[in-house]
Formats: sequence, C-alpha cells, structure tokens
Amino acid sequence: MATFQEFIQQNEDRDGVRFSWNVWPSSRLEATRMVVPVASLFTPLKERPDLPPIQYEPVLCSRATCRAVLNPLCQVDYRAKLWACNFCYQRNQFPPTYAGISEVNQPAELLPQFSTIEYVVQRGPQMPLNFLYVVDTCMEDEDLQALKESLQMSLSLLPPTALVGLITFGRMVQVHELGCEGISKSYVFRGTKDLNAKQLQEMLGLTKPAGQQAGRGPQTTQVPLSNRFLQPVHKIDMNLTDLLGELQRDPWPVPQGKRPLRSLGVALSIAVGLLECTFPNTGARIMTFIGGPATQGPGMVVGDELKTPIRSWHDIEKDNAKFVKKATKHYEALANRAAANGHIIDIYACALDQTGLLEMKCCTNHTGGYMVMADSFNTSLFKQTFQRVFTKDVQGAFKMAFAGTLEIKVQLEIGTGGTCQWKICGLDPSTTLALYFEVVNQHNAPIPQGGRGAVQYVTQYQHSSGQRRIRVTTIARNWADAQSQIQSIAASFDQEASAILMARLAVYRAESEEGPDVLRWLDRQLIRLCQKFGDYHKDDPNSFRFSETFSLYPQFMFHLRRSPFLQVFNNSPDESSYYRHQFMRQDLTQSLIMIQPILYAYSFNGPPEPVLLDSSSILPDRILLMDTFFQILIYHGETVSQWRKAGYQDMPEYENFRHLLQAPVDDAQEILHSRFPMPRYIDTEHGGSQARFLLSKVNPSQTHNNMYSWGQESGAPILTDDVSLQVFMDHLKKLAVSSAA
Amino acid sequence: MPQPPASSHYGSSVQQNGSYTQGYLFCLLCSLYYLFKIVFPLKNMSSPRFPPPPAASSSFGQVPQSPYQNIAPQATPSTHQLTNQISNILGTFALNSLYCEWLVSTKLANNNLNKHEPLWNKDHLSKKDILIQNSPQNLQWNICLNLCFNLGGSAGPYGGQLAGPQPGFPGSFPGGAAQMAGPPQKKLDPDSIPSTTQVIEDDQAKRGGQIYATNLRGQIPPLVTSNFTVQDQGNASPRFMRCTTYTFPCTSDLAKQCQVPLGTVIKPFATIPKNETPLYVVNHGETGPIRCNRCKAYMCPFMQFIDGGRRFQCAFCSCINEVPVFYFQHLDHMGRRMDLYERPELSLGSYEFIATLDYCKNNKPPNPPAYIFMIDVSYTNIKSGLVKLLCEELKTLLEKLPREEGVESSAVRVGFVTYNKILHFYNVKSALAQPQMMVVSDVAEMFVPLQDGFLVNYQESRAVIHNLLDQIPDMFADTNESETVFAPIIQAGVEAFKAAECSGKLFIFHSSIPTAEAPGKLKNRDDRKLFNTEKEKTLFQPLKGVYEQLCKDCVAQGCCVDLFLFPSQYLDLATMGDVPTHTGGSVYKYSNFQAEVDGTHFLNDLRKDVEKPIGFDAIMRVRTSTGFRATDFFGAIHMNNTTDVEMAAVDCDNALTVEFKHDDTLNEETGAFIQCALLYTTVGGQRRLRVHNLSLNCSSQLSELYKSCETDTLINFFAKSAYRAMLNQPLKNIREILVNQTAHMLACYRKNCASPSAASQLILPDAMKVFPVYMNSLMKTPAMVGSPEISTDERVLQRLCVMAMGVEETQVLLYPCLIPLQNMDVSSSVLPGAVRCSEERLSDNGMFLLENGRLLFLWLGQACPSELIQSLFNVPSFAHLPEELNSLPELDNPQSKKVHAIISAISERRTNRMKLLIVKQKDRPEILFRQHLVEDKGLHGGASYMDFLCYVHREVRQLLT
Repeated sequence: MATFQEFIQQNEDRDGVRFSWNVWPSSRLEATRMVVPVASLFTPLKERPDLPPIQYEPVLCSRATCRAVLNPLCQVDYRAKLWACNFCYQRNQFPPTYAGISEVNQPAELLPQFSTIEYVVQRGPQMPLNFLYVVDTCMEDEDLQALKESLQMSLSLLPPTALVGLITFGRMVQVHELGCEGISKSYVFRGTKDLNAKQLQEMLGLTKPAGQQAGRGPQTTQVPLSNRFLQPVHKIDMNLTDLLGELQRDPWPVPQGKRPLRSLGVALSIAVGLLECTFPNTGARIMTFIGGPATQGPGMVVGDELKTPIRSWHDIEKDNAKFVKKATKHYEALANRAAANGHIIDIYACALDQTGLLEMKCCTNHTGGYMVMADSFNTSLFKQTFQRVFTKDVQGAFKMAFAGTLEIKVQLEIGTGGTCQWKICGLDPSTTLALYFEVVNQHNAPIPQGGRGAVQYVTQYQHSSGQRRIRVTTIARNWADAQSQIQSIAASFDQEASAILMARLAVYRAESEEGPDVLRWLDRQLIRLCQKFGDYHKDDPNSFRFSETFSLYPQFMFHLRRSPFLQVFNNSPDESSYYRHQFMRQDLTQSLIMIQPILYAYSFNGPPEPVLLDSSSILPDRILLMDTFFQILIYHGETVSQWRKAGYQDMPEYENFRHLLQAPVDDAQEILHSRFPMPRYIDTEHGGSQARFLLSKVNPSQTHNNMYSWGQESGAPILTDDVSLQVFMDHLKKLAVSSAA
Repeated sequence: MPQPPASSHYGSSVQQNGSYTQGYLFCLLCSLYYLFKIVFPLKNMSSPRFPPPPAASSSFGQVPQSPYQNIAPQATPSTHQLTNQISNILGTFALNSLYCEWLVSTKLANNNLNKHEPLWNKDHLSKKDILIQNSPQNLQWNICLNLCFNLGGSAGPYGGQLAGPQPGFPGSFPGGAAQMAGPPQKKLDPDSIPSTTQVIEDDQAKRGGQIYATNLRGQIPPLVTSNFTVQDQGNASPRFMRCTTYTFPCTSDLAKQCQVPLGTVIKPFATIPKNETPLYVVNHGETGPIRCNRCKAYMCPFMQFIDGGRRFQCAFCSCINEVPVFYFQHLDHMGRRMDLYERPELSLGSYEFIATLDYCKNNKPPNPPAYIFMIDVSYTNIKSGLVKLLCEELKTLLEKLPREEGVESSAVRVGFVTYNKILHFYNVKSALAQPQMMVVSDVAEMFVPLQDGFLVNYQESRAVIHNLLDQIPDMFADTNESETVFAPIIQAGVEAFKAAECSGKLFIFHSSIPTAEAPGKLKNRDDRKLFNTEKEKTLFQPLKGVYEQLCKDCVAQGCCVDLFLFPSQYLDLATMGDVPTHTGGSVYKYSNFQAEVDGTHFLNDLRKDVEKPIGFDAIMRVRTSTGFRATDFFGAIHMNNTTDVEMAAVDCDNALTVEFKHDDTLNEETGAFIQCALLYTTVGGQRRLRVHNLSLNCSSQLSELYKSCETDTLINFFAKSAYRAMLNQPLKNIREILVNQTAHMLACYRKNCASPSAASQLILPDAMKVFPVYMNSLMKTPAMVGSPEISTDERVLQRLCVMAMGVEETQVLLYPCLIPLQNMDVSSSVLPGAVRCSEERLSDNGMFLLENGRLLFLWLGQACPSELIQSLFNVPSFAHLPEELNSLPELDNPQSKKVHAIISAISERRTNRMKLLIVKQKDRPEILFRQHLVEDKGLHGGASYMDFLCYVHREVRQLLT
C-alpha cells in the first residue's frame, strides 16, 4: 500500500477531498479524544477536465430519507438487477434503462475510478445566466473611468445569451432600463428607504396587469426570459457600453468635511429584490463595485461627517460602533434572501479607507460570492482580478457555477451545522468547504473490524452553459478502534488539512468571540494534541518527540496565531473580514500559504531556494520573494538594493545581476497570473517602508532583545515583542509534558 | 304746500344749492318725484288729499349743519298713500308688486324726461366745472333715485313685506307682475339709472390722455379704464396701489359709521407702459437700504430731515434717527435735502433697493430662479394632442424666458418632468448626447433623483432639450395609463428647488383628478345637492392635510405653481388649486381640451404666462403711519404671521388687497402714509426691495371720504372679501352682508352727507354712483350663485382667479365691455364706444363684441347685414354660417381687419389671453353670452340692475328709520 501521503494526494486529485483523519475512530467518545475533529476539506468543483459529463440522471436510493446516489461502493446484484444503498442498506431496483447491466457492462457510476462523477440534467429549460452590475458612482473620476472600462470590457467576456443588468448608486439608486432607443431610462430610488420585493416590483412596473394575464392564457405565466432591466448581452451590449460610458460621477454636491452619500444598502437591497422577483432559483451574480462605505440609509456603516472616522476594532470592542449591528443585520437579511434564491453577491471594494466589508461580509460569505479589496479601481489588482472572474475553461465555459447546493450523504454521521444540505450559490473550481463530521456511534457498539465509513457529496449546480449538473463524490475510509489501533489513526493524520480545518474553526470562532479566547482555545487544542500523540516523558520537555505526520502542525499553529485571521491588531475590521473571507474559501494549498507564507531566496550563491520564514533568512545579498497569498513581495537585501541603486543591472558586464533581479520578478508574475484574487504586488528593499509586510510575517527569531546573543552574520532583527517560533515550541513542549496540565 | 315746479325748475334748484351737478341722471330721477305731483293733479287728485308731511321725514337724519337747501319738497307724500293714489289712478288692485309702481313712475317720468335730457346734459356739465372752481367745499355730488315702494296695505309704513324680490335676495319678480299691472306699459328707460359705460367715457374724456402727477396727498387717480400717463412725484402710481378711498376718516367711529372699507389694492409688479419711467434701482452698497431704527420703514419721501440734515424723523412711527455719515446731505431753506431730486428714495413714490446679504436666505446670494415644466402624459393628455402641442411650443417658448433688463439671455434655468402615476425626470445636461430619463415610482416619499443636469440653462442645453421634446410625445404615444398623481409632483418641484437652492415656478399641465395611490389622492366630492345649502361652502374648501403642508413648503422655498388643467370632468379644483393660489400662481382650465380647437388659446395663455415679468421668493410688509394699520390681506398669498405677506412669486398680474383699521385717531394735517415694501429675487437672481409709498388725506368729514371713494377699488375689495368668505359661510349670508353693507354705506351717506331729501329718493354719492351695478354683478357671478348648470370647478376657478385680481381685472369682470361692431368706423383707429351690458342694447341686425377679461364673445344678430358677415366670415349670409364657429378668419378687407384690430387691442390690455367664442343669436351657446349681460336679470338667479337698486333702496330706507 502506498503511503498515506500518496493516498491523500491521490484522493485530493481525484475527488477534491482531504480528511483530517484518514482512518476514523469508531466511536463518538474516541472521536472527541482525537482533539482534531473528523472533518474534510472538500472542493466541489475541482477541475477535472478528464471527467466526462454523464448525459443522464443519477439513480437515487428509493428510501425517502436517504436518496443517496448509486456509486461504486454499492453492492450490486447484477442478476436480480438490484443494488444496495451503502448508506441505508436499502435494496433498490435498477430503473428500466439499466436493463442491460452486468458485471462486464457497468454504467460509469459503478466504476471505481468514477468515485467522482458528473451528471448533466437534461430536464427543464436552459436557464440564462444573470449578471447584475451594482456600481457605486461616488468616486474620483479616474477611478470611475477605470471601473467603467473594466465593466465595458467584461461585456465582451460574457456569453451572448447571458442577461445583464445595471444598477448605479450614489445618493440615489438608479436601476437602468436597457435597450431604450433615443433616451436612456432609469428608475430612481431614494437611498434611504428600504423596499421589500413587492414594493419594488410595483415601482419597477414588473407586475403584470391583471387583465393581460387573464386574457392571454397560460403561456404568459411562464417566467419571461428577460425584462427591461435584464437583457441578453448580444442585444444590448452597444447600448450598455454607451450607458456605462456616459456614467457620471454622482452629481450631488459633497460639502466640505462630508463624505459623499452612498446608498449601498438600498442599492444592494434593490438588486437582490430585482433578481428575487424576476429570476428566482436561477443562477445570478450581483456584482457590486464600491468606492467607499455606505453612508446613508439602511446598511450605512458610517455617518457622512468626515470628522467621525469609520469604526475600528477598538471601537467595536468598546461597543462604540453604532452602525455595525444594524448594518450587519441588514446585509445578513439580504444575504439570506439572495442565498434562498441561489443568487451570488460579489463585492469589489476599492478604496483607501474601509468600505464596510465587515458588515457586508455575510453577503459574499453566505452566497459564495467574491470579495475583492483593493486601493483603487485604477489598479491592476482590481482590473486583473475582475478579468479573472470571467476566466474560461478549455471548453469555453466560465470557471464559475451558479446556484449550487451541496448535500452530504453519510453513514452514521451528520454535519456540525445540524444539517446535511447547504446552499452555496456561487462556486468556482477553487471553492473549498470544510465539513466537520461527528461520529455518532456509541462507544459500546463498536464497528466491526474492517468496516468502512462512506461519505457522499452531492453537488447540484447550474453550469455556466445553463445546464443543471450534479456532481457526486463518494468516498470511504476505514474505521479503527482508537484504543487498539491508535497508531494507525495517528499515521493517517493529515496535518495540512487538519491545520486548515482547525484554522477555519478558529476563524469561525473569532467572528463571534473575543480574540484572546480563540487563541487560548487554539493553544489548548494544540497542547492536547501534543499530549495525545506526542512521545515524551512526563515533565521532561526535552524528551518530547512528535511523529513525522504531526511535526509541522505546531509550526502552522504558530503562524496561524500570528496571522491576520486571528490577530486584529494592525488590521482594520474590513481587512480582517477580507482575509477571513478568502481564507474560508480557498483550497488547501492557498490556505496554507495564507497561514504560513512562502519565502524564496535568490542570490549569486545558487539557484532560487525556499528558505525558512524566519528573520534569519533576511540577508543583505539576497533577494527574497514572499508569497502571502494576498501579497507578493520582492525584497532586495541591503547590498542588493545598493547595487541596484548604483545601476549595475544596466551595465553589460553585470548582466548576471540583471538576471538575478529579473528572476524573482518573473516568478512573481507567474503567481500573479494564476491567482484569484490577484495579490498585491510589492517591490521593496532593505529599509523600505513596504518591507514591513515581510518583517511582520517572518518568525522573529532575532529581535532587538536577542540579536546580540544569536549568531553574528544572520538576518535582520525584527523590532517586536512577539515570541519567536523557538520560544513558542519550548513553551509548547513544556506544557505538553507537564503533568499538571 | 308749494306746487312742485315744472321741469324747468330743476335747473334753478341745482343752481340754488349746487348739489345736483352730476349728469342728467340725477335730474331725471329727481324729476320723477315732481312728476308725481304734476301728474296727480292732472288725474284730478286734489291737493287736500295729500296728508301733511309725515313726522318721519325728519328722522332721515338731516345733517343739521348742512348749508344746502333741501331740494325735496317739504311735504313728502307717504308712499303708502301714493300707492293708493296710483292704484286708484290705474284702476288696479292688490298692487303689491314693486314692479308695478316702478313702471308707473317710470312711464310717467319718461314722458317728461325725453324733452329735457339734452338740455340738462349740457347745462350741468358746464356748471359743474364752475362749481368746482368756486366752492369745492360745498360740492356734493348726489345721485338721487326716487323709488316708490308698495309697502302693503295693511302693514305699517315700512314694515310691509316686499313681495317682489325673494327674501334675502334681490331675486326676480313674479312673471305675472306686468300683466297684473294692468294696461301694457312701457319699460323704464334703462338710461335712467347710472351707467357704467357713461362714467367710463366721462372719465376718459376728462382725464384720459393726460399726465397724472402723483405730487398731492390723497389725490384721486383716474379710473382704471382711462388711458393716462403717470408721473411719479412722490406717491406710488395708481397702477401699483389703489385705495378704496383717498381720504381716511379720522376716527374709528367714523369708519364704523360709514362702513366704507378702508383698503388698498397693491399690484407690486404692475406693468408700466412704455412711456412711463421704469423703477429706479437704488444701491446703498454694503450698508443696505436706510431704514427707521424702530419701525424699520424704508427711506422714502415722507421722512422729515431735521437738525440740519443730521437726523430724520420717521413718517411712520415718528422715531428720530441718525442719518448715516455717508448719507448726510445739507438741507435747503425749505428744510429739504439738497439732493432730493438725485435720490429716487427721497423724491419718488416707487423705487427699488438692491438688498444686501442680510436680506437673503442663509445670508447667501440667491441663485437665479428656475422653471420646471411638469407634463402629465397620461392617456387623456396624449389623446387630446396636448402633449404634442406643448412639446412643440416649448421649443420656441423657451427662447423667451423672462430676463433681467439689459441682459442678453435669461438666467432662468429650466427642467422637465413628465408623469402619470409615476414621475419621469429628465437629465438634459448639455454634455449629454441624448437626454436621460429617470423614473421615480416612489411617490409616497417624493424626492428628486438628480441635481446636475435637471435644471439647465436653455441656451446651453438646447440640443438635448429639443431632442427630449421631440421624443416625449412618441415615448408615451401608446400609453394607456389613466391614473395620475398630483401632490407628489409639486413635492418634487419643491425638492428640486431645495436641492438647487433656488426659487422658481412649476408649470403643471394636468388632466384629471389624481386618483393614483399617492399622497394627496383625491376623490370626487362634487355634490350638487349641496348647492344653496349650509354645506355649500365645503365645495370651495380645499382638503386639508397634504396640500396644506405643500403650500407651506412651496412658500418656504419660493416655489410658485402655475396650473394648466385639461379636465374632462370634475377634478376637485378647490383642492388642486389651493397650492397655486397660495403661492402666487395662476390656474388655467381648458375643459374637454382638443388641440385643434383650443390649442391657440392655450398657447397664448402659456406664452403670456411664461414670458411675464415676475419676482420670486417674495415677502411683503405693509407699514402705515401711526393711527391705523393693515389688518387683513386678501390675495394669492400665504401668511405665517399677521404682518408678513409671503408669496412664492409675484408677477405683473398678482394683486393683493389690504384692509386697514384704526388704532387711534388720525391727524387731518399729517394725513396717513402707507409704505409697501416687497423683498424679492429677480429673474436674474438678484435680491431686491421694491418700495411703494402712498400718502392719503384724513378727514373728520364723512363727505370728504365719500367724495374720494374709488368704486372700482371698492368692488375689488368686496369681491375678494366675499370670495374669501365663501369658504366659511353660506352664500346666502354673504349676499346679505354685501347688500347690507351697500345699503349701510349709502344710508350713512344719505344721513350724513346728502342734503335732506325725500325718503323715496335713493341718493348715491357721485364717486359711488355705479357701485350698485358692480355689486349686483358680483352677487350674480357664477361663484356666488349655486346653479346646477355651472360646474363646481368652474365656480371654484372663478373664486381662485378673483382672489389674485387687481382692480382693472375685477372691473371688467364685473362689468364686461360690450362693443357694437355693426357701425364701426373702419377708417378710425379708436375703439368703438362700449354700450351698457344689457340685452336691450343688442339688436337683431347688430354684431357685438363682449369681453370680461377672461372670455371674449362675438355675438351675431340674426339679421346681421350680409355684407358684414361676408367680409368677416367669407360666407354670403347669416344662414350660411357653419354650425360650429370656432375662429374668425383673417380676411383681406377693411371690416375684417378692423375687427381683428379691435380684438387684439382688447386682448393687449388684459392679463389673460381670451378665447374667442362666436355666438349666434338664438343659438344654444348664447346662454353663455347672456350670463355676462350684467344689467339684466341673471340667468341662474340674481336680480337685474334695476331690481337691485330698488332692493337696496328699500334697505337704505329701513336703515334710515
């Protein structure tokens, strides 16, 4: 048998699933003693270009409470044309179309390599894709211009049948009617008054007159495929391009010392309402572009007086942020409405100050939307990111899916949310969910030896082609008795996945709990894990050993504790929300980068190499490339930067220096090109102000406190009181072996 | 008993006491009395049968100090007896009809009258002039009407029932009266009662074409109908201010006694003819206008400079103020400032000050005003062709927005809104390639969706605006939306002005009663059962609530609302018109509008309305010298407190009427001063103060007061107060009050000023001699008479219009101008003289023009000469005229040209553009025309002029006893 490492990798590649434990403890009690819960990271739409879409519908278990999908793990009686559900043991007849089934003639879903399989539902109408742009007009002309161009560009990226709509807002909210000849029309709403879906429908004139409906018979009752506000791209792209081109900055004067009045809350509400009453349960993206915080109406996050700054973490802790609760409530309600209809809300916030992402985070988080934060719409960060939203796969379909729902079929276990069905709305190939399972088997009713637990992930979604698709992933893991087989369970530990899963739990807690409590909880979990799986003599820290499968885990936790996901110090509430948002949806690799950034070193001493994320890595003759997921930073060491200033790179005889300078840039570009959202690209040098990004990430092994006692030629001291990894580990060992704990 | 002299004696009696100098009329009527006496003997009535003079005659209250000898005979026959006499003579019984008596006396009178008329006319006119010169203090112009009443056989002398007129209302007489009167009788010659046309003609002849210099205190201006030139010499031109009387009584007791209202009608922006000097604008720089420290009156010619010019005493409150250093000027030997004639505020009655920032809202200079055109694009307006017509017209009309004197283009910005039950705003910014429409469907809480690009300079955005105006009719061509909103659109206008920080005017083109679900939704409450009941007033009352608040908002923002209505049925004008009338706006109504038929009329109105000079965001204060003060204000105004008159806008036609009451005794020597100061924003966005000053005489002699009364102003006052009272009182009460007050004024005159005369004589002060005809006409106006044939909205409309009218408009409205055309002199450029408004003046072979400032009729007699018909209508004869005659073709012949010239000359001097209605004799629409023959009995009720006089006389007599 291959190593667990290989098994894990193979599983991930095939099914997009990674479990914290790949052998499961067989009872609830044992499971809780494992410290790290049995949980999985699941990437529902993992790119599988090799996966053939199955042009028929899945066969379901006939038990009403089960409805699991036929899968390779099912026992099949080919003669009787029966199959046994491996979740509820119900015996099911195959449908008539499966009459020709036999050992040699198996449908794809029974082949073991199709543990993940995708069905294309043929029934029902092709649903259009909706893209509703919600655009803030309270921004500098330069920004607005850039945004307009990006939006115009995006029209060309949309499939011609997709429906687009445009809502702009400033002091007022304008819903633009598309495809008008001669005059451009828009419906305008007060930015301070929230409207429910019914009111909105009336005001937009979307209600059909009762007389007409009765007169024309049943065909009019069908949902119209477009309306005045949402029209196919191919019909109105010229019109919309012009409309966007004429878009003016919000014309209402902004008095000195005031913020522009921005009715984001109402705009979003109208967007949600519009889609709600026109395209319920149809894939739709509400793409919101904001250049500042909402300053009036429901959902406002700050008043329009410039002299009162937008809330900080400090204000929130002191309960001094009067708008937060109300605004959050407003956006939560919107998010829930959108989610209920399978609509996605994306937020592209580009401003130097905060824009209220803290309050709005649920909009993206509940609907699977994107949250992008940048300084300006006129940055490549925004432009590229936005363009990347519309990336297409080899078949020319968007790498995004709509109106998704995920259902989990499990044997004996249920999810932590108390449900086994979730609505995700927006999915892309990297969207990764963490699912936490609970072993419900009682301690005294052990699972028979060799028994396997199975989990089936059923993801239904609307493909960007308009088709409804169902992707079914069925996996199984062995059960093990935790007392007798603790070794095999320990060996099945996936420390990377576990770190992310724990981190997500911690972030989830951090949303609702005080920061120090979360850290304390995280520490306790770590200590308990060390106690459970470490190898040590009581009260002898030096004797502590961790097996290889656990060895990196404490380091991840160390960096996690320092990460912006749990530390709000030095971060605005918006930044925290943004970081957490990304962390909660990216796949394992990206998440690991977020926790523990990658550091590469470039020097004349050899080829580029990954180096420790440690202050000792910062050397004068090195160029460092750090990838924190959010930032790509190139740091020129003291000597290198002096060379660069001296212009050696331009001299023909120092071409090698030029190459050295270029190398990290090329690598950075590569990352920049592949990542969504696009990271902030920082080029800095020793002593540069932007170097703080690097210095805040590296392990402060040298600080102003200890720099003289440590080695002589190593790195740069970090001016911090944070503990270094060494100190952290020492404490951890001490606590883990302590008998008092 | 001396035998009454023969008619020739009249002359001598006039000469003797100098009382009866005015016109033949008096003489004629006086003669009636004597004629009785002549007649009775003729009928073998022996003198002994006359009883001795009744003791009652002394109770008429002869003015003891009156130097005049009573022209009436010492022995006045008792009416009672007279009746008996007449009954006997005529051999009829039960003569309980006043009419009979009237006829008798008139018939008799006529016989004599005709003989002497020419003689008297000439005589008296010339003698009057002399008399004025010789002894003005003795002058007393009286009009005596000798009227006899049947007071009922059994009743006491005056307690009898008046059988003819309906109780409480001078109604018509029973139809059978004439028959009952016995033998067929000739009607009373209508010429025998005071004629308005005659008065107008006389005044025009006497004062027309002359210069009226306003240098004297209490000077009585020519009639509004006369054509004169004003020279401002220290008092405001009568075009700006006209008083009910130019001599105020000294005490409040006197004022109460005579019951002549003390008031002035102010038309602050009255149009000044080209040959008169426009108002000077005074700029005192940063200090602003100089004012009295105590009462804040503005510097004016009445201020007295003392102390070598270092101080001035306020004419209004007598406070002594320091003269600011920069304003100091030495005085001449007369105590007048040396720079008197260099400074308009020291030498003129009307002038303007440039206001400083203290006079501006929020201490910021105002922005130029804006005009917003709000077009109802519901089904009705689209179908009638209005929207298309209007949009087309706006393209040219907008070129003619009012602008500041001497400025190249107008500073007024324009904006456009269309609406049905939702509103569409338009962005017409010049930078746009095409206009943008912004729909606001949230009518519950109105707001303006845009600021930049909504109100634009027409010249800059002309292309976009034209594009928009081209598109609007097409955009809504297929609409089937019939519901409209109303209050939200006004709200939108206010919000727009608020956002743009300016004042302005809304032009609303609305079709139907607003029934869509929105604030200010109205329902049909037109209940004709309420006519002539206690509750009738509710029909005129606007609904409270939304519209009340809107009025306040509009005035606060300086938002004037002009309403053009195109209804096909009732639309609760009382409520809809509430905002326009409180904001200085106008209401126009075109029932069952059809673009082809009524288009021209509407466009004429619209043009005039858009182009007319106007001031915005105005606040007016009327200050008076001590002893009296302004207590009541009537007009299209809004008042937040008791003294400040607020008007969102004042245009050249807006007039408000102010009533004064005594606080204290007035001094005959100092007289009374009125200063009307109006702070407003010009069309160019300049804040200015317009000041009108007027000085009046004071007298403790009521005769002086009556002498300087102004009938036209009085009737304006009465019209407005009556029309306002309509909201709170039943019409019956109002009519009673009007009659009572009329009678009271006349009785008081009779008692205090006129020389003692027979009770049977109705004596009218000369200045008020046509007052009864106007009063009667006022009581017959559609608003005052509840008739099922006149729609409620029509009545309301009239009420609203009258409230803002000036003296000139009420005059012609209440006594229309009837011009005969059949004998016009095509070569002459003058207008043919008007004739009295009575059916008698019409003739089958005639053609008449009648205008009342709102309507213009061309009446064609059945026997109208075919040549005239041919030259005007291009058809051979009356019979060939088409059924529906809507317009008068312009033909190339002298007659046609002349008629058109007359029509345009008439239209020129009216505030409204009048729609020409062509009425054929005996045709159905003739009823409309006949309503305006105000001397006749009202078609919907209301007495004839003659009946009314009788009725008033009876009242007077009752008062005198």
